[in-house]
Amino acid sequence: MELSSVPQTYHAQVFVTLRPSVLDPAGTAVQSGLHHLGFSSVDGVRIGKYVELTLEATDEADAKHQLDQMCDQLLANPVIENYRIELNAVVPS
Amino acid sequence: MKFGVLVFPGSNCDRDAAMVVRDLLKQPTRMIWHEDSDLSDIDVVIVPGGFSYGDYLRCGAIARFSAAMNATKRHAEQGKLVLGICNGFQVLTEVGLLPGALVRNRDLHFICDRVSLKVERTELPWTQEYHPNDIITLPIAHGEGCYYANAATLAELEANHQVVLRYCSATGEVGEASNPNGSLNNIAGICNRQGNVMGMMPHPERASDSMLGFTDGLKLFQSVLQSAAIAV
Repeated sequence: MELSSVPQTYHAQVFVTLRPSVLDPAGTAVQSGLHHLGFSSVDGVRIGKYVELTLEATDEADAKHQLDQMCDQLLANPVIENYRIELNAVVPS
Repeated sequence: MKFGVLVFPGSNCDRDAAMVVRDLLKQPTRMIWHEDSDLSDIDVVIVPGGFSYGDYLRCGAIARFSAAMNATKRHAEQGKLVLGICNGFQVLTEVGLLPGALVRNRDLHFICDRVSLKVERTELPWTQEYHPNDIITLPIAHGEGCYYANAATLAELEANHQVVLRYCSATGEVGEASNPNGSLNNIAGICNRQGNVMGMMPHPERASDSMLGFTDGLKLFQSVLQSAAIAV
Protein backbone atom coordinates (compact mmCIF):
# COMPACT_ATOMS: atom_id res chain seq x y z
CA MET A 1 0.00 0.00 0.00
CA GLU A 2 1.42 3.37 -1.03
CA LEU A 3 -1.33 5.53 0.33
CA SER A 4 0.86 8.59 0.80
CA SER A 5 1.77 8.81 -2.89
CA VAL A 6 -1.83 8.66 -4.11
CA PRO A 7 -3.15 12.20 -4.60
CA GLN A 8 -6.11 12.83 -2.38
CA THR A 9 -8.87 15.35 -3.00
CA TYR A 10 -9.59 17.72 -0.16
CA HIS A 11 -12.42 20.14 0.37
CA ALA A 12 -11.24 23.32 2.05
CA GLN A 13 -13.21 26.08 3.72
CA VAL A 14 -11.30 29.31 4.17
CA PHE A 15 -12.59 31.95 6.59
CA VAL A 16 -11.03 35.36 6.07
CA THR A 17 -11.61 37.88 8.85
CA LEU A 18 -10.50 41.44 9.46
CA ARG A 19 -7.76 41.81 12.02
CA PRO A 20 -9.15 43.08 15.34
CA SER A 21 -7.25 46.37 14.92
CA VAL A 22 -9.01 47.16 11.61
CA LEU A 23 -12.31 48.99 11.91
CA ASP A 24 -15.25 47.24 10.29
CA PRO A 25 -17.87 49.89 9.49
CA ALA A 26 -20.01 47.34 7.63
CA GLY A 27 -20.06 45.16 10.75
CA THR A 28 -21.04 48.18 12.83
CA ALA A 29 -23.90 48.99 10.43
CA VAL A 30 -25.18 45.41 10.54
CA GLN A 31 -24.97 45.40 14.32
CA SER A 32 -27.06 48.54 14.41
CA GLY A 33 -29.58 46.83 12.09
CA LEU A 34 -29.80 43.86 14.43
CA HIS A 35 -30.40 46.21 17.36
CA HIS A 36 -33.24 47.83 15.38
CA LEU A 37 -34.78 44.38 14.90
CA GLY A 38 -34.82 43.97 18.65
CA PHE A 39 -31.72 41.83 19.12
CA SER A 40 -30.47 44.32 21.63
CA SER A 41 -27.86 42.09 23.23
CA VAL A 42 -25.91 41.63 19.99
CA ASP A 43 -22.33 42.86 20.15
CA GLY A 44 -19.07 42.55 18.24
CA VAL A 45 -20.44 42.01 14.71
CA ARG A 46 -17.57 41.57 12.26
CA ILE A 47 -18.03 40.69 8.61
CA GLY A 48 -15.54 38.46 6.84
CA LYS A 49 -15.28 36.41 3.68
CA TYR A 50 -15.82 32.73 3.07
CA VAL A 51 -14.06 30.86 0.25
CA GLU A 52 -14.49 27.17 -0.47
CA LEU A 53 -12.51 25.10 -2.92
CA THR A 54 -11.29 21.60 -3.64
CA LEU A 55 -7.67 20.72 -4.26
CA GLU A 56 -5.43 17.70 -4.76
CA ALA A 57 -2.67 17.02 -2.29
CA THR A 58 -0.50 14.10 -1.22
CA ASP A 59 -1.68 14.38 2.38
CA GLU A 60 -3.26 16.76 4.82
CA ALA A 61 0.01 18.54 5.60
CA ASP A 62 0.60 19.15 1.89
CA ALA A 63 -2.96 20.47 1.48
CA LYS A 64 -2.49 22.77 4.46
CA HIS A 65 0.82 23.99 3.08
CA GLN A 66 -0.71 24.80 -0.31
CA LEU A 67 -3.64 26.59 1.32
CA ASP A 68 -1.35 28.68 3.52
CA GLN A 69 0.44 29.84 0.39
CA MET A 70 -2.84 30.63 -1.37
CA CYS A 71 -4.02 32.66 1.61
CA ASP A 72 -0.75 34.52 2.08
CA GLN A 73 -0.47 35.40 -1.62
CA LEU A 74 -4.04 36.07 -2.64
CA LEU A 75 -7.03 34.98 -0.58
CA ALA A 76 -6.16 37.18 2.41
CA ASN A 77 -4.14 40.36 2.78
CA PRO A 78 -1.98 39.84 5.87
CA VAL A 79 -1.85 43.60 6.46
CA ILE A 80 -5.56 43.72 7.31
CA GLU A 81 -6.84 40.14 7.50
CA ASN A 82 -6.44 36.84 9.32
CA TYR A 83 -7.59 33.48 8.00
CA ARG A 84 -8.59 30.08 9.28
CA ILE A 85 -8.79 26.88 7.26
CA GLU A 86 -10.99 23.84 7.70
CA LEU A 87 -9.96 20.82 5.69
CA ASN A 88 -11.80 17.60 4.91
CA ALA A 89 -10.70 14.69 2.75
CA VAL A 90 -13.25 13.99 0.03
CA VAL A 91 -14.22 10.34 0.19
CA PRO A 92 -14.54 8.93 -3.35
CA SER A 93 -18.07 7.72 -3.93
CA MET B 1 10.25 61.65 -20.83
CA LYS B 2 8.12 58.67 -21.79
CA PHE B 3 5.02 57.75 -19.84
CA GLY B 4 3.32 54.36 -19.74
CA VAL B 5 -0.24 53.99 -18.47
CA LEU B 6 -1.26 50.50 -17.38
CA VAL B 7 -4.61 49.22 -18.59
CA PHE B 8 -6.30 46.39 -16.70
CA PRO B 9 -9.72 45.02 -17.56
CA GLY B 10 -11.83 47.44 -15.49
CA SER B 11 -9.45 50.42 -15.48
CA ASN B 12 -11.40 53.59 -16.18
CA CYS B 13 -9.05 56.51 -15.51
CA ASP B 14 -6.32 55.30 -17.87
CA ARG B 15 -7.35 57.59 -20.73
CA ASP B 16 -7.69 60.59 -18.43
CA ALA B 17 -4.13 60.07 -17.22
CA ALA B 18 -2.84 59.59 -20.77
CA MET B 19 -4.69 62.73 -21.88
CA VAL B 20 -2.80 64.80 -19.32
CA VAL B 21 0.70 63.59 -20.12
CA ARG B 22 0.23 63.13 -23.88
CA ASP B 23 -2.05 66.03 -24.79
CA LEU B 24 -1.45 68.64 -22.09
CA LEU B 25 2.24 68.01 -21.42
CA LYS B 26 3.07 66.79 -24.96
CA GLN B 27 5.06 63.80 -23.73
CA PRO B 28 5.38 60.47 -25.55
CA THR B 29 2.87 58.16 -23.90
CA ARG B 30 2.00 54.53 -24.40
CA MET B 31 -0.89 52.49 -23.03
CA ILE B 32 0.36 49.25 -21.48
CA TRP B 33 -2.04 46.30 -21.62
CA HIS B 34 -1.98 44.16 -18.48
CA GLU B 35 -0.45 41.23 -20.38
CA ASP B 36 2.48 43.34 -21.57
CA SER B 37 5.69 42.65 -19.68
CA ASP B 38 8.20 44.88 -21.49
CA LEU B 39 8.44 48.35 -19.96
CA SER B 40 12.04 48.97 -20.99
CA ASP B 41 11.11 52.04 -23.07
CA ILE B 42 9.14 53.68 -20.24
CA ASP B 43 10.41 56.29 -17.75
CA VAL B 44 7.26 56.78 -15.66
CA VAL B 45 4.62 54.10 -15.07
CA ILE B 46 1.15 55.30 -14.08
CA VAL B 47 -1.13 52.73 -12.46
CA PRO B 48 -4.53 54.34 -13.05
CA GLY B 49 -7.84 54.41 -11.23
CA GLY B 50 -10.79 52.16 -11.89
CA PHE B 51 -11.80 48.69 -10.82
CA SER B 52 -9.06 46.37 -12.03
CA TYR B 53 -10.42 42.86 -12.65
CA GLY B 54 -13.68 44.04 -11.10
CA ASP B 55 -11.90 44.53 -7.76
CA TYR B 56 -12.96 40.97 -7.02
CA LEU B 57 -11.82 39.56 -3.66
CA ARG B 58 -10.14 42.87 -2.65
CA CYS B 59 -9.31 46.04 -4.54
CA GLY B 60 -6.12 45.46 -6.50
CA ALA B 61 -5.68 41.87 -5.30
CA ILE B 62 -5.81 40.25 -8.71
CA ALA B 63 -4.06 43.05 -10.64
CA ARG B 64 -1.06 42.31 -8.47
CA PHE B 65 -0.31 39.12 -10.43
CA SER B 66 -0.50 40.59 -13.92
CA ALA B 67 2.52 40.56 -16.22
CA ALA B 68 2.45 44.36 -16.40
CA MET B 69 2.51 44.65 -12.60
CA ASN B 70 5.45 42.26 -12.31
CA ALA B 71 7.26 44.46 -14.83
CA THR B 72 6.21 47.56 -12.89
CA LYS B 73 7.70 46.06 -9.74
CA ARG B 74 11.02 45.53 -11.50
CA HIS B 75 10.79 49.08 -12.92
CA ALA B 76 10.34 50.46 -9.38
CA GLU B 77 13.15 48.32 -7.99
CA GLN B 78 15.48 49.96 -10.53
CA GLY B 79 14.64 53.30 -8.91
CA LYS B 80 12.40 54.43 -11.77
CA LEU B 81 9.17 56.35 -11.21
CA VAL B 82 5.82 54.71 -10.50
CA LEU B 83 2.61 56.62 -9.67
CA GLY B 84 -0.52 54.85 -8.45
CA ILE B 85 -3.77 56.80 -8.46
CA CYS B 86 -6.85 55.57 -6.56
CA ASN B 87 -7.19 51.91 -7.64
CA GLY B 88 -3.54 52.21 -8.67
CA PHE B 89 -2.64 53.09 -5.06
CA GLN B 90 -4.58 50.05 -3.89
CA VAL B 91 -2.68 47.88 -6.37
CA LEU B 92 0.69 49.28 -5.21
CA THR B 93 -0.10 48.35 -1.59
CA GLU B 94 -1.25 44.86 -2.61
CA VAL B 95 1.96 44.30 -4.58
CA GLY B 96 4.03 45.53 -1.63
CA LEU B 97 5.62 48.55 -3.32
CA LEU B 98 3.94 50.74 -0.68
CA PRO B 99 3.12 49.83 2.93
CA GLY B 100 -0.36 49.51 4.44
CA ALA B 101 -3.72 48.86 2.82
CA LEU B 102 -6.87 50.70 1.74
CA VAL B 103 -10.06 49.51 3.34
CA ARG B 104 -13.75 50.39 3.30
CA ASN B 105 -14.51 54.07 3.92
CA ARG B 106 -15.39 54.86 7.53
CA ASP B 107 -19.01 55.80 6.71
CA LEU B 108 -19.44 53.06 4.06
CA HIS B 109 -20.37 55.55 1.34
CA PHE B 110 -18.70 55.73 -2.02
CA ILE B 111 -17.39 59.30 -1.86
CA CYS B 112 -17.29 61.45 -4.98
CA ASP B 113 -16.22 64.92 -3.92
CA ARG B 114 -13.54 67.58 -4.00
CA VAL B 115 -11.25 67.67 -0.99
CA SER B 116 -8.53 69.91 0.37
CA LEU B 117 -5.10 68.39 0.75
CA LYS B 118 -1.93 69.55 2.40
CA VAL B 119 1.26 68.91 0.43
CA GLU B 120 3.82 67.83 3.03
CA ARG B 121 6.76 66.92 0.81
CA THR B 122 7.87 69.26 -1.95
CA GLU B 123 11.31 67.97 -2.88
CA LEU B 124 10.03 64.75 -4.44
CA PRO B 125 9.91 64.19 -8.20
CA TRP B 126 6.11 64.18 -7.75
CA THR B 127 5.69 67.43 -5.87
CA GLN B 128 8.56 69.82 -6.48
CA GLU B 129 6.37 72.30 -8.34
CA TYR B 130 4.30 72.76 -5.19
CA HIS B 131 5.31 74.93 -2.23
CA PRO B 132 5.74 73.52 1.29
CA ASN B 133 2.35 73.16 3.02
CA ASP B 134 0.42 74.23 -0.05
CA ILE B 135 -3.30 73.54 0.31
CA ILE B 136 -4.61 72.10 -2.94
CA THR B 137 -8.01 70.84 -4.10
CA LEU B 138 -8.38 67.51 -5.89
CA PRO B 139 -11.32 65.20 -6.57
CA ILE B 140 -11.70 61.88 -4.80
CA ALA B 141 -13.95 59.04 -5.94
CA HIS B 142 -13.66 55.83 -3.95
CA GLY B 143 -15.43 53.35 -1.72
CA GLU B 144 -12.27 51.81 -0.27
CA GLY B 145 -9.93 54.72 0.41
CA CYS B 146 -9.47 54.48 4.15
CA TYR B 147 -5.73 54.15 4.67
CA TYR B 148 -4.75 51.56 7.25
CA ALA B 149 -1.39 50.36 8.52
CA ASN B 150 -0.43 48.79 11.83
CA ALA B 151 0.96 51.08 14.53
CA ALA B 152 4.60 50.23 13.83
CA THR B 153 4.26 50.82 10.08
CA LEU B 154 2.42 54.08 10.67
CA ALA B 155 5.11 55.31 13.05
CA GLU B 156 7.77 54.40 10.49
CA LEU B 157 5.92 56.26 7.72
CA GLU B 158 5.72 59.38 9.83
CA ALA B 159 9.33 59.13 11.06
CA ASN B 160 10.57 58.84 7.48
CA HIS B 161 8.28 61.63 6.23
CA GLN B 162 6.64 59.31 3.70
CA VAL B 163 3.26 61.02 4.01
CA VAL B 164 3.06 63.28 0.96
CA LEU B 165 -0.60 64.34 1.03
CA ARG B 166 -2.98 64.69 3.98
CA TYR B 167 -6.69 65.46 3.99
CA CYS B 168 -7.22 68.87 5.59
CA SER B 169 -9.75 71.69 5.86
CA ALA B 170 -9.81 74.54 3.33
CA THR B 171 -7.63 76.49 5.74
CA GLY B 172 -5.18 73.65 6.30
CA GLU B 173 -6.26 72.14 9.63
CA VAL B 174 -5.66 68.40 9.67
CA GLY B 175 -8.26 66.74 11.87
CA GLU B 176 -11.16 64.33 12.09
CA ALA B 177 -13.56 66.93 10.64
CA SER B 178 -11.52 67.10 7.44
CA ASN B 179 -11.04 63.35 7.12
CA PRO B 180 -13.47 62.11 4.45
CA ASN B 181 -12.95 58.37 4.77
CA GLY B 182 -11.40 57.58 8.15
CA SER B 183 -7.82 57.25 6.89
CA LEU B 184 -5.31 56.93 9.72
CA ASN B 185 -3.48 60.23 10.30
CA ASN B 186 -5.58 61.74 7.47
CA ILE B 187 -3.30 60.04 4.95
CA ALA B 188 -4.27 60.65 1.31
CA GLY B 189 -0.96 59.88 -0.39
CA ILE B 190 2.36 58.30 0.53
CA CYS B 191 5.67 57.46 -1.08
CA ASN B 192 8.20 54.70 -0.50
CA ARG B 193 11.46 55.35 1.37
CA GLN B 194 13.32 56.25 -1.83
CA GLY B 195 10.50 58.49 -3.06
CA ASN B 196 10.34 56.98 -6.55
CA VAL B 197 7.02 55.21 -5.90
CA MET B 198 3.99 57.27 -4.95
CA GLY B 199 0.39 56.29 -4.29
CA MET B 200 -2.56 58.60 -3.76
CA MET B 201 -6.34 58.27 -3.51
CA PRO B 202 -7.15 61.72 -4.98
CA HIS B 203 -7.21 62.12 -8.77
CA PRO B 204 -4.69 64.68 -10.08
CA GLU B 205 -5.52 63.70 -13.68
CA ARG B 206 -9.09 64.91 -13.17
CA ALA B 207 -7.84 68.32 -12.09
CA SER B 208 -5.31 69.16 -14.77
CA ASP B 209 -7.30 70.58 -17.68
CA SER B 210 -8.75 74.04 -16.94
CA MET B 211 -11.82 73.02 -18.94
CA LEU B 212 -12.71 70.80 -15.96
CA GLY B 213 -12.75 73.75 -13.59
CA PHE B 214 -9.62 73.37 -11.51
CA THR B 215 -6.02 72.50 -12.19
CA ASP B 216 -4.24 71.79 -8.90
CA GLY B 217 -3.30 68.32 -10.14
CA LEU B 218 -1.32 69.51 -13.15
CA LYS B 219 1.68 70.54 -11.04
CA LEU B 220 2.13 66.93 -9.99
CA PHE B 221 2.73 65.88 -13.59
CA GLN B 222 4.78 69.02 -14.27
CA SER B 223 6.92 68.15 -11.25
CA VAL B 224 7.86 64.85 -12.89
CA LEU B 225 8.97 66.65 -16.05
CA GLN B 226 10.89 69.18 -14.01
CA SER B 227 12.67 66.40 -12.09
CA ALA B 228 13.71 64.82 -15.39
CA ALA B 229 15.01 68.17 -16.64
CA ILE B 230 17.12 68.52 -13.49
CA ALA B 231 18.41 64.96 -13.77
CA VAL B 232 19.62 65.63 -17.36
